[in-house]
Amino acid sequence: MSHLETLPLWAAIPAAAFLVLGASLALIGSFGLLRLPTFYERIHAPTLGSSWGTAGVVLASVIVFSVGQGRPVLHDLLIGGLVTATTPVTLMLLGRAALYRDR
Amino acid sequence: MSATILSTAITFALGALALAMIFATIRILRGPRAQDRVLGLDTLYVNTMLLFLTLGIRNGTVFFFEAAIVIAMLGFVATVALAKFLMRGEVIE
Repeated sequence: MSHLETLPLWAAIPAAAFLVLGASLALIGSFGLLRLPTFYERIHAPTLGSSWGTAGVVLASVIVFSVGQGRPVLHDLLIGGLVTATTPVTLMLLGRAALYRDR
Repeated sequence: MSATILSTAITFALGALALAMIFATIRILRGPRAQDRVLGLDTLYVNTMLLFLTLGIRNGTVFFFEAAIVIAMLGFVATVALAKFLMRGEVIE
């Protein structure tokens, strides 16, 4: 991991903070998926991981690669945009399917 | 110093995301209904994508980014197809 040695401290601290934030939120969301009692409560929990969980890890990746290579490396934001656009669509389709099956 | 901070954060993130994948897998296996399993599969896809992004930070390569974007797109298509199947009994009609 030699590329992490050359990273300055002012970039390493926010990158580490964003990484820990994103991974913790993904873990909390999956724990909620496991623990909540009904399906309509469970469908809310994983959105924690797909909103700020993804944003945290993506921002950490952008910081590490941009500072490490000395130029803006923004292609990770594509994943953030993709997940932000597709998660509401999938979860609304799934929620409506579950509602249709329950009626 | 910065390598120590980032290594600790990366190790924590890898452990947390692996644990999150285990939780989603338990929900897939336990059910109890089909929509719970589909929701668990969607969560497993998102957690795997985050794990690959973290591995990309750890190794300093962009190959994990390409794998992560493929996983994100496949997860979207898979969940939409399964939700459509649960709704109508067919995927394409």
